[in-house]
Amino acid sequence: MKLNDEQQMLQDSVARLMADKGPVSHLRQLRDEHHDKGYDEPLWQAMVEAGLTGILVPEEHGGIGFGLVGAGLVAREIGRNLSVTPFLSTAVLGAAALSAGGSDEQKAKWLPAIAEGTAIIALAVDDGAKHRPERLQARVEGGTLSGEKRLVLDGHVADLLLVAAGEGDQAALYLVDPKADGVTVERTVMADSRNAARIRFDGVPAEAMADGAAALATALRAGRAVLAAELSGLALEAFERTLGYLKERKQFGRLIGTFQALQHRAAQLSGEVAMSEALAMQALDACDRGADDADQQVLAAKAKAARVALLAGQEAVQMHGGIGMTDEFDIGFFLKRARAGGETLGDANYCADRFAALRGY
Amino acid sequence: MSDLEQFRAETRAWLEANCPEEMRQPLKSQAEHCWGGRKWQFQSEAQKVWMERMADKGWTAPQWPKEYGGGGLSQEEAEVLAEEMKRINARTPVSNFGFWMLGPALLKFGSEELKREHLPPICRGEIRWCQGYSEPNAGSDLASLQTRAEDKGDHFVVNGQKIWTSYADKADWIFCLVRTDPQATKHNGISFVLFDMESEGVSTRPIELISGESPFCETFFDDVKVDKHQVVGELNRGWDVAKYLLTHERNNIGGEPPGFLKGRALGPLAAEYVGTEHGKLADAGLRADIADLEIDHMAFQALVGKIRAEAEAGQGVGAQSAVLKYYGTELNKRRYELMMDALGSEGLEWDSERTQGGLFAREWLRSKGNSIEGGTSEVMLGIVSKRLLGLPDA
Repeated sequence: MKLNDEQQMLQDSVARLMADKGPVSHLRQLRDEHHDKGYDEPLWQAMVEAGLTGILVPEEHGGIGFGLVGAGLVAREIGRNLSVTPFLSTAVLGAAALSAGGSDEQKAKWLPAIAEGTAIIALAVDDGAKHRPERLQARVEGGTLSGEKRLVLDGHVADLLLVAAGEGDQAALYLVDPKADGVTVERTVMADSRNAARIRFDGVPAEAMADGAAALATALRAGRAVLAAELSGLALEAFERTLGYLKERKQFGRLIGTFQALQHRAAQLSGEVAMSEALAMQALDACDRGADDADQQVLAAKAKAARVALLAGQEAVQMHGGIGMTDEFDIGFFLKRARAGGETLGDANYCADRFAALRGY
Repeated sequence: MSDLEQFRAETRAWLEANCPEEMRQPLKSQAEHCWGGRKWQFQSEAQKVWMERMADKGWTAPQWPKEYGGGGLSQEEAEVLAEEMKRINARTPVSNFGFWMLGPALLKFGSEELKREHLPPICRGEIRWCQGYSEPNAGSDLASLQTRAEDKGDHFVVNGQKIWTSYADKADWIFCLVRTDPQATKHNGISFVLFDMESEGVSTRPIELISGESPFCETFFDDVKVDKHQVVGELNRGWDVAKYLLTHERNNIGGEPPGFLKGRALGPLAAEYVGTEHGKLADAGLRADIADLEIDHMAFQALVGKIRAEAEAGQGVGAQSAVLKYYGTELNKRRYELMMDALGSEGLEWDSERTQGGLFAREWLRSKGNSIEGGTSEVMLGIVSKRLLGLPDA
């Protein structure tokens, strides 16, 4: 696929915004000061002003309804700069879930709040250490929810929780107030220095959606597709920084980029990154077009991007040598984010397994 | 109705009326491909009729100009034709090195005289071409080739040896890289010449491959006379033509596997042989490997689409062709490995009728050449690292 003029403009302006207001140094600063909210508030505010928080919110609810390709372009730049915001949790997962399955009332209440940046929303799916939405443990009975969730992104700062749970033999999303009695939130800062939480629900009121099953499926698909774009952007940046290093670092009296062993690995990595990126954009576009194989494409894109990002992170650290192992140097942040982003909403093995199932084997 | 829709409707109707039923099914093996040429023995009346009808239409070379026997179709029309052919599983009517290699070179570098002489017989499937590039001491380092052409006034005399000449024993003419100026530096002093394989002094010897087949030959030239007007492009500038063609060749590797696996998905094939449990392939490792391959293939296709779109927008494919060549061939090798994993002992049968004489094992072995011919994977990675990534020379 090729970007249209509007998408190209969006990409250019977001690239500038993220590089100016959400560089890697902000991630380091947030980590070092143990920031209580754990995200880059001035950047989030700038994204609100640029309309990016409402990128998936329909115009009638105050958003710009730019579609998943647009959200992917934002995520790509987030990946390149390791910018820390609730974009994925709120603007992608929250907006996609509510748009797809919210009642009129729920949409009217929450979608404008997402666009205006007045609410942070967190999606709670994983019951265990691995993402297994087909076998949910959390249950809703008689309108109350019980269970425990992990890797709830931005869970400790959320104004609304969207919780995946089973009721009868149906799995669906439910709206839960994080301040309700029976909700226990434990902030769990992850290896990539980002926000997540473990949340316990003991008989907490759960508000059903108009179509909670569609909300869950749509949110997971949108989230995986956008994560594929973020991971591709991250891989590209890690690769480009490494390529730059190969052209400046000297050993044995010459540039290490003259060594064929490193040249060929760099060439392979560049191809992998390009393929990851091309597939991510194609999958996002397939979702926007409502293509028949959009689910397959998204699973493939997430699996590919997770593997390539991790490869890029590993190669980046290895090719930087000793300095790549130091905390002072930024390259390690890319490896950490590759691992955490790859795990989120299903790792490469999970996505490949689901992909195979959809392909009929 | 737009012009393109009109074209689609007409094309569909013409194909329905003119493509013989026997030509509307995938090739069972590469042996069924129609190569054309003076020595070609049609395998069926349908194969002959199909080639002739398509040639009359100019659709054996859809995008070449009509005056040279082509179809004169635009890129969009050619895509429509390809889609409509695919829709009914129509086979390629005829193809050989004349179509995918010499033709594009002549169209770009050839004189008007050479175009008129050589392109129409290619389109009609009358002349089959082969390519004389590699030599025993010039493989990856192609530009060090030593076959020489001496200027004898009104003609050249060619002496030397080529190797890996595809189907030299079955081809009618050869396009050949020869050294015309031995004093010049390596890349200068090479010319791109054309001559008839029936010329006196040309001999060929097939090379048996690990697959047991012999698609390649050693080709020997002993005082072969070549007419001087048969030089494509400028004298001593043959490397430009060769480089263009190598790029063109690598571009054409779009990820669709040749042979048995063309149009066949590995999942269902594997299910047939290893069985299923609870709707999944009974071999979990193979299932994961197939999924990874299909995901990588999908990603590769997405990149091919992107590179082609950029090429159409005028950015050219250039060194990106090395990326396509590298990943396209490496994927194909993986695909054939997984096919062999799936087929088990049946894939290993070497001469049974059941396997059409060991088709599976032979195609598996043949695929190993994909990442050697047309530039090895290592040469491709070298091109990517230097020309695309700008990494310095040692």
